[in-house]
Amino acid sequence: MSLDLKFTYTEKKDTRSGFGDGFLEVGRNNPDVVGLCADLIGSLKMGAFQKEFPDRFFQTGIAEANMIGLAAGMTIGGKIPFAGTFANFATGRVYDQIRQSVAYSEKNIKICASHAGLTLGEDGATHQILEDVGMMKMLPNMTVINPCDYNQTKAATIAIADHHGPVYLRFGRPSWPIFTPADQKFEIGKAWKMIDGKDVTIFATGHLVWEAVVAEAMLREEGIHAEVINIHTIKPLDQEAILESVAKTGCAVSAEEHQINGGLGDSIAQTLILHHPAPLEYVGVYDQFGESGTPAQLLEKYGLNAENIVKAAKRALERK
Amino acid sequence: MEKLAIEQLQKICTQLRRDVLRMVHAVQSGHPGAPLGCAEFFVGLYFDKLRHNPDFNMDGKGEDLFFLSNGHLSAGWYSVLARSGYFPIEELRTFRKINSRLQGHPATEEGLPGIRIASGSLGQGLSVAIGAAQAKKLNGDDTLVYVLMGDGELQEGQVWEAAMYGAHYGVDNLIATVDYNGQQIDGPTEKVMDLKNLKAKWEAFGWEVNEIKNGNNLQSVLDGLEKAKSMTGKGKPVLNLLYTEMGYGVDFMVGTHKWHGSPPNDEQLANALSQLEETLGDY
Repeated sequence: MSLDLKFTYTEKKDTRSGFGDGFLEVGRNNPDVVGLCADLIGSLKMGAFQKEFPDRFFQTGIAEANMIGLAAGMTIGGKIPFAGTFANFATGRVYDQIRQSVAYSEKNIKICASHAGLTLGEDGATHQILEDVGMMKMLPNMTVINPCDYNQTKAATIAIADHHGPVYLRFGRPSWPIFTPADQKFEIGKAWKMIDGKDVTIFATGHLVWEAVVAEAMLREEGIHAEVINIHTIKPLDQEAILESVAKTGCAVSAEEHQINGGLGDSIAQTLILHHPAPLEYVGVYDQFGESGTPAQLLEKYGLNAENIVKAAKRALERK
Repeated sequence: MEKLAIEQLQKICTQLRRDVLRMVHAVQSGHPGAPLGCAEFFVGLYFDKLRHNPDFNMDGKGEDLFFLSNGHLSAGWYSVLARSGYFPIEELRTFRKINSRLQGHPATEEGLPGIRIASGSLGQGLSVAIGAAQAKKLNGDDTLVYVLMGDGELQEGQVWEAAMYGAHYGVDNLIATVDYNGQQIDGPTEKVMDLKNLKAKWEAFGWEVNEIKNGNNLQSVLDGLEKAKSMTGKGKPVLNLLYTEMGYGVDFMVGTHKWHGSPPNDEQLANALSQLEETLGDY
């Protein structure tokens, strides 16, 4: 059985490479952009920038707290630091540094966080952070972005360089379908309605946008027309787009590679409960840590895939 | 800024101490001990050594920058900023009160001139100062970056991450200072968490260490800061070990941790102020 997908792909690539390629481009376009990395230059794909702009790149060693402070200091003098490490070390490990020196101090820093979520894979739960979006979105002044594929990550990386203020950019390790256009315009805070529907809305972010696209085709085969909205910016949340869609469909599913506590789903739930109460089903990790495995195995075991989005959509429909 | 004679600078030190005591007394909260001990440092820096611009711009290009990593010394910093023209002296009245720019610990949110980053949660300022110093190098700006830390603050691990980094990159346009008063909130540092040989520690990390043995003698502070400046530009970051006494200037406050975070009551304030001449006019 082949699905009639509204978006397709011919190539797969990791979103971190979209970041690396976008970072090189902003480096070429803006001489104030500088890079920092805590001993993960290869993993973050920051090597091309480092090679081309060695004077504007700072290897910090395995010292993330210092890296965040350095970046904060570099903004004084007009630099735009992109500080990269794994999402785990870019958030929980340095929460206080981000809170005081970055968010509260309103510094123009881009925290670039790779290997987020379960799809980090075999390294296991120590590294698979599933709480980072929650931590970052709670901070006043912080913008939180979780793009869905290589192209969107590259576009987001370029867009955040021109946005003044602290940004948390979340991306990942696995090879993933490239299903959005290379020439897309990335508007921070503006949700992207990828597929029109009338029965249920699927709000997805990050890798799970692809799973939502697949789920839409599966639902359509059963005569259910789902609307798919790509929430690449979790904060500020495009409440208008969310409310407009749910006003039409009357129920929703959120899908994210994150704990259900504190993630995108909670932000949508808050929006709905305040403005337009409607059934919402969560696809996310239910208050557990991850484990070692391949990305595909983990997404299946923890229910972060198209099949589970389909089930959640049906549950939401039944609650209408 | 026109340079002042040492007698005049001494008067500003006295006034700063009065300001600090009156500020923490007025809200019955805050940290008087350490800023009393750092009066000579604050005044020597702001009225003699810093090439700075009280008109203030956040980027600080072409001027020396100062960061207060041990943000609880805010009362002293606010006093020296106001007295050197960053904002109206009258505004010291608002310290730690609702709707004030003079937050309990320094903050940028309300745009208080002179403050470039929030501090208070300890251990972060050295990293920030090093980053700012590196930005200066990238900008071809040959001015300096200063940062003050507490000695107790050195118990925070991030400080040593920054120490390692500063030496690795040869950040030699930076002068860090440790307020070496041997006291922290819970008691003497040697009892709470012994810092052992700080000079050897910093040297082992690759820093040039400059000891300022009498941090409450204005002339020795001025000389020490001048010496520190002469040590910059030579491939290594510079660290001043500034030996001070917490609570200096008030006989019943000096040399103890007991006034680290406690305000004086009415009677204690009167007693303390009687030991400090009002030189420039109280706010």
